[in-house]
Amino acid sequence: MTYHLKSSLAGLAALIAVSVSPLGAQAQEETIKVGILHSLSGTMAISETTLKDVMLMLIEQQNEKGGLLGKKLEAVVVDPASDWPLFAEKARELISVNKVAAVFGCWTSVSRKSVLPVFEELNGLLFYPVQYEGEESQRNVFYTGAAPNQQAIPAVDYLINEEGVERWVLAGTDYVYPRTTNKILEAYLQAKGVAPEDIMINYTPFGHSDWQTIVSDIKGFGSAGKKTAVVSTINGDANVPFYKELGNAGIKAEDIPVVAFSVGEEELAGLDTGPLVGHLAAWNYFQSVDTEINAEFIDSWKAFIKDDKRVTNDPMEAHVIGFNMWVKAVEKAGTTDPDAVIDAIIGVSVPNLSGGYSTMMPNHHITKPVLIGEIQADGQFETVWETPGLVVGDEWSDYLPDSKDLIADWRAPMSCGNFNVATGKCGGKGS
Amino acid sequence: MTFLRALATMLLMLVAVPPAQAADDAAIREAIAKFATARNFADTEAIVRELGASGDPRVEPALAALADGNLNFRKSDRQVFVTKESGQAATLFDPLTGETVGEAPKRDFTKIKVNNSLRRTIRAVVSGLTLAAPDSTVRLSAAINMFRAPDPANLEALDVAIARETEARVAAALEAARASSVLVSDQPDDRKLAAIALLGQRGDRETLSLLTAFSARAEGELKAAAEQAIDSINASLALWSAGQNVWYGLSLGSVLLLAAIGLAITFGVMGVINMAHGEMVMLGAYTTFLVQELIRVHQPALFDWSLAIALPLAFIVAGSVGLLIERGIIRFLYGRPLETLLATWGVSLILQQTVRTIFGPTNREVGNPSWMSGAVQLGELTVTWNRLWIVVFALAVFAVLLYAINRTSIGLRMRAVTQNRRMASAMGIRTPWVDAMTFALGSGIAGIAGVALSQIDNVSPNLGQGYIIDSFMVVVFGGVGNLWGTLVGAFTLGIVNKFLEPYAGAVLGKIVVLVIIILFIQKRPRGLFALKGRAVEA
Repeated sequence: MTYHLKSSLAGLAALIAVSVSPLGAQAQEETIKVGILHSLSGTMAISETTLKDVMLMLIEQQNEKGGLLGKKLEAVVVDPASDWPLFAEKARELISVNKVAAVFGCWTSVSRKSVLPVFEELNGLLFYPVQYEGEESQRNVFYTGAAPNQQAIPAVDYLINEEGVERWVLAGTDYVYPRTTNKILEAYLQAKGVAPEDIMINYTPFGHSDWQTIVSDIKGFGSAGKKTAVVSTINGDANVPFYKELGNAGIKAEDIPVVAFSVGEEELAGLDTGPLVGHLAAWNYFQSVDTEINAEFIDSWKAFIKDDKRVTNDPMEAHVIGFNMWVKAVEKAGTTDPDAVIDAIIGVSVPNLSGGYSTMMPNHHITKPVLIGEIQADGQFETVWETPGLVVGDEWSDYLPDSKDLIADWRAPMSCGNFNVATGKCGGKGS
Repeated sequence: MTFLRALATMLLMLVAVPPAQAADDAAIREAIAKFATARNFADTEAIVRELGASGDPRVEPALAALADGNLNFRKSDRQVFVTKESGQAATLFDPLTGETVGEAPKRDFTKIKVNNSLRRTIRAVVSGLTLAAPDSTVRLSAAINMFRAPDPANLEALDVAIARETEARVAAALEAARASSVLVSDQPDDRKLAAIALLGQRGDRETLSLLTAFSARAEGELKAAAEQAIDSINASLALWSAGQNVWYGLSLGSVLLLAAIGLAITFGVMGVINMAHGEMVMLGAYTTFLVQELIRVHQPALFDWSLAIALPLAFIVAGSVGLLIERGIIRFLYGRPLETLLATWGVSLILQQTVRTIFGPTNREVGNPSWMSGAVQLGELTVTWNRLWIVVFALAVFAVLLYAINRTSIGLRMRAVTQNRRMASAMGIRTPWVDAMTFALGSGIAGIAGVALSQIDNVSPNLGQGYIIDSFMVVVFGGVGNLWGTLVGAFTLGIVNKFLEPYAGAVLGKIVVLVIIILFIQKRPRGLFALKGRAVEA
């Protein structure tokens, strides 16, 4: 099967291939199927289509290397159409109808929450590639994106130490990821001695397009004689009008820097970044990272997608890491059986694209470096700071009273996603 | 002649450059060369300060290039150049004289990294160097930068500059800069009091910021004076913020008006519940994108005209798609609102996915022409140009449409058909043709709305979805079948929304507006400006 067509057409072709696969499978040799569960239509298609393409590329590359356990890999692409209940249905279809060995997918937290019961019930494997709010660890899910301590906390530390920020605007889209992240950050900042009146929290609806009032509020909040910064968990499409308004209102990064957790190279691609130079983003990977393995990845991505202008971003790297970890774990276990893979994958290390190694930890989160980058005029980020070593993903935040006593460890004999160290029991929140 | 002029210039230069500076040349070059060996931001900052300490204005271009990220060093010999990139190549300039040195491939060079705090340092250093620049706008920006970054070390230079300054606006900025620096210095209290009095008259946000910081560490008389000044600034800012809310409301209202005005025709005049209306807006935005792409490739000089060129094209594209939809689907469904709703919703999904297949799911970059970028400052009110032009544009579209409907023969036929279809038909009007034209007009107007909205929103396949609910809200609130109702409805909703937002927040504000509209519709089911007469009852 070839994927020379345009991205969406490829998805369509794959869908057709899925519907005729019972006929085709008998004629061909036996394959290992890999499910791809990313929205190819609807609001989230803007971000998720790229991840589908990157998975197809990784599978193609693996097949060129001779496949896995002597068999070829076969991608099974489904389109959950940005519709959260449909994610659960499509996940069920992938596991029980298509019998895939592992699923790579989901973007929003709500879509992940919607498929969790399905993966638990049918004992499937899900690799989730996006930064998220934490407060979760599930036996069947591997979180290859950043937990709050791998993105939000280091970014705030950077602003405190390097920029001397004393006053904070926490601006986000109104849903679970920004709300939880801001709750953690608020607790963290107050623990650092920031007064409650120096923190302003603001939520906006999805796709908010009129930012005049909020930008002028930020300007007003910033004129209290203390260095002010904006921590933005604004999601997706709403970022473009937000940054346009910032640029037009003349808010310069030197005066009020904005650090964003959901703005990557893809989001900046639709923007003139000239007025935004110096605003920040915190990720575990930037396209501009200067390593050989990253240069190779960018070249093969551009060749695969046949477009020189396409960019790479952090969730793509997470899929690269997740896929390689799964391949290694399957080779180690000698089978694709989920229980064997879940046992084998803990401790597996694969190279990440920023020049180090990422390891799967017993809590099903991975180790990553944290990079802080400044937006450049060419739409790329330039790393201005990075953590000296790798940071282990912390699933239960230490700064929330409900979860500070919880840990996750999926190795026997504990095998628990929310073990309470205060009570010594598995299960339940809080002490 | 040219030879003479060159000779004269050279002589002038010899006179202008004092021998001491010429001797410093080597020292400056040496300092600039050190950028190539700086290991971290702290090293780079030390070099910037060293260059600033030289007091030589000629280092300014190199520092400006550094702040803009255009200062590079050659990997082979670590020589520092100012570069200007074009594609894979870069033109090299001498960092001191600014002369063109040559051209080389970009990958041979490494950029000297800067971050925000370094840019701030450079800004302060450059303003110190350019305080005596011959150009008054350069002096002004230097004074403003010094005002923002007060430093007692600047006082001496500022006193000299104030004594020398001839232009009033620059002198005022310099006085303010001195006052702000006095506040952070160890000058006697009476000078500080004078500074507070001077700053108190400015009454802007930046002054407020300075005074708040000052009052937090001041004591006694000084603290009282600062607090008094802060109170008076806050009082004037409160007034401005009311004016600001009105302006933001007008601006939001104009966006709503643009999005809804096409719907006021297809839904308001024809009664078709057109769920694909938002996609017509999206098609207009994508037309703008295509026009800009073509202009970028073939005629970059025309870029500022791109929107003017896109306007008629967007009207034609969206209008013809509208015509196709009317002829192909809607004409079979007149009088069956539920089926129309479902069918047009289906059309909207098809259009979205088609655009996604052709242009990809990611946002497309639509640039702002230069006359739509930036902002103008009216007192404490920041008016961004793109918003201002959209208000003007929305009103212009409204006026043209009003004229077309009330004063042209096609408009007359449209009104005749909507008011009494059978009578109009009996008078010899081809009613199906009028239906098709009306729908195409409504769609075309949505298309040109897309041109304007591409300036403030994402150009993505989802663009239309964000506006469809708001558009229906405006048309229903304003009164179905009445263009004036749409105008008043859009601006009312915009202003109410913007007055609620600071208190209730964006999410709750939107909900409150919806609830108000629901209650209003209970009281007046036909909206603000209801059509009266037999046609309504029919």
